[in-house]
Amino acid sequence: MSFLKNKFWTRLQNFFTFRPEKAGEARYVILRRNLAVTMILVTFVPLFLMAFINYVEYRATLHKEILSPMQSLVGKAKHSLELFIAERVATVSFVSKAYSFEELADPQRLSQIFSVMKTEFQGFVDLGIINEKGIQINYVGPYQLLGKDYSEQPWFHEVRVKGSYVSDVFLGYRKFPHMVVAVESSVPGGKSWIVRATIDTDRLNDVILSMSLDPESDAFLINREGILQTPSKFYGNVLDRLSFPIPSPTYQPSVVSLRDDQGRELFMSYAFLREPNLILVMVKPKVRVLKAWTTLKSEMLVLFVGGTLIVLFVVIKITGIFVNRIKEADEKREAAFRELQHHHKLSSLGRLAAGVAHEINNPMAIINEKAGLILDLLPQMPQSPYRDRLETLTRDILKSVDRCRNITHRLLGFARRMDVQIEVLDLNEVVREVLTFLEKEALYRNIDVRLQLAENLPRIASDRGQLQQVFLNILNNAFEAVPDGGIVSITSWEVDADKVAVSIQDNGHGMDEETMKHIFEPFFTTKKSYGTGLGLPITYGIVKKLGGDIQVQSHVGEGTTFTVYLPKKAPHAE
Amino acid sequence: MEKKCRVLLVDDEEEFVRTLAERLELRGLMTRVALDGIEAMDLLDQSDVDVVVLDVRMPGMSGLDVLRQIKSIKPDLPVILLTGHGDTKDGIEGMRLGAFDYLMKPLDIDTLMEKIFEATQTS
Repeated sequence: MSFLKNKFWTRLQNFFTFRPEKAGEARYVILRRNLAVTMILVTFVPLFLMAFINYVEYRATLHKEILSPMQSLVGKAKHSLELFIAERVATVSFVSKAYSFEELADPQRLSQIFSVMKTEFQGFVDLGIINEKGIQINYVGPYQLLGKDYSEQPWFHEVRVKGSYVSDVFLGYRKFPHMVVAVESSVPGGKSWIVRATIDTDRLNDVILSMSLDPESDAFLINREGILQTPSKFYGNVLDRLSFPIPSPTYQPSVVSLRDDQGRELFMSYAFLREPNLILVMVKPKVRVLKAWTTLKSEMLVLFVGGTLIVLFVVIKITGIFVNRIKEADEKREAAFRELQHHHKLSSLGRLAAGVAHEINNPMAIINEKAGLILDLLPQMPQSPYRDRLETLTRDILKSVDRCRNITHRLLGFARRMDVQIEVLDLNEVVREVLTFLEKEALYRNIDVRLQLAENLPRIASDRGQLQQVFLNILNNAFEAVPDGGIVSITSWEVDADKVAVSIQDNGHGMDEETMKHIFEPFFTTKKSYGTGLGLPITYGIVKKLGGDIQVQSHVGEGTTFTVYLPKKAPHAE
Repeated sequence: MEKKCRVLLVDDEEEFVRTLAERLELRGLMTRVALDGIEAMDLLDQSDVDVVVLDVRMPGMSGLDVLRQIKSIKPDLPVILLTGHGDTKDGIEGMRLGAFDYLMKPLDIDTLMEKIFEATQTS
């Protein structure tokens, strides 16, 4: 278990650690990608889950809310219809049982009964009495049906068998839709008769209209063969055949979805009536039913897409900022590291230089003494041109020893970590002091030294001796760069509240970019024969130690400008 | 100088020290040469010297060690130290231990002569 956990952690860490040795920019791209992927996963998984759960829940709820009203509406209408028919059957049955055959056969009496029926119960069209042989022996109603023979009709036989009968809707002899209710009555051991009443199916239609449907919905009755029993808005008139199949029988109101011959997607709610043997059907287009659902769905989609876009935007922005910060930090660290390396290089080179200086010092001392001895001994030689020549040569040797002494001195100066001695000083004064060393050369080579020193330059806290070396080194280089009669300008100014600067500009041969890159590296020199390559590295080291900075601008053939920035306050002790 | 000044030169660099000795002899001094600290102490035991010229950088016994020993035996004997450029610290330390002065190599012979003369005068 812990093994797995460890493995997981390692993976996770690997995901976020990038190999520094992997080349440059690519690793930041990888880091950014990994971060973005993780953030997107972390934010999107819950978002997706929420959206999905919401979707499912809402769909379930909405279906229930939409479909159950349809079911209950159909259920109510079904009860109303059943009740309506049952009432009519009961009325006819009451008439057949409450009156004797003689009373019913009396046209006047029957007309009286019928008028009561019509006023008390709506929908009766006519009333007739039929004897055992199927002949209508009495009739009240708008048609001439007295004496009509029904013995061949199927319903007549059904009444004889079942005792009562409710017909489907039909046109019959009268050519308008109606249905028939018939009840048989008899006296024990005697004759039997049938009371038959016709019901106007408009009454059934009234019940359906009372469902108050919206214009796109439809409700109607069909019989078990699929023949319309009441007119339909979309599927034809009474006694037309319905274009879609009859649903499976159930007395409980239920809902199915289907597509009709006009291509409309529908919900069909239906229920079978017990008596009469009909089916109540109600259809509602899905578009209408699901309108709320569709609206909700599109709102959810807009929200989801909007949320997604915002999250993506934020993630991309944030990772961008984040990775840029890291990149900047890395670059800073790298720069610091390079600086440190440069320092290390300088100091290790310094130690090497010191060692070399010491080693060379001893043979130099020997050469010095030997040459000195030659000079001591020469006067004892007889006077000759050779003696003079020897003397000159020996003095040349001693001069070279002197030069070596200077070089080792400078090497040691570079190596020594001199203690900084801070004093408050006038930078202009330091520049003027240094210039006194170079006055003779300037005069001799006719170099125009232009001083543009700020008059009220603030005094700064720094090391006089080291600053002298800095300016001497830079001025030496400038003097070497300019031809006889050249110009060297020295300018000083106050940079800001914390810094002052001195720039030394010459109109000499300048440097190319390649040379500029290396000028602060130890032992790099362009002075083929006599340069130590230590002047500018020492200068650089001192200025850094004093808390300042050096900038160089140079163009081949135009000249070079060194600008030394120095802090007004003393640097912190190392 | 009615009596010849006796100088003991101590340096591990034989070429240097012998040439220096010859030059000093040419200038009328008596010299003895020792190539290390032990030899120097032996010579000091055997014979009298007026001034010691002592190199600071030597293998084995360092110049400062030799100086300490000399000062423990003959506190009044003047010792002039020879140092390299970077050894000013040793020079100063030598002065603290009682050296007469210190000079940097390569030497200027006239300066050395002056110092030896000063040293014999004060002692």
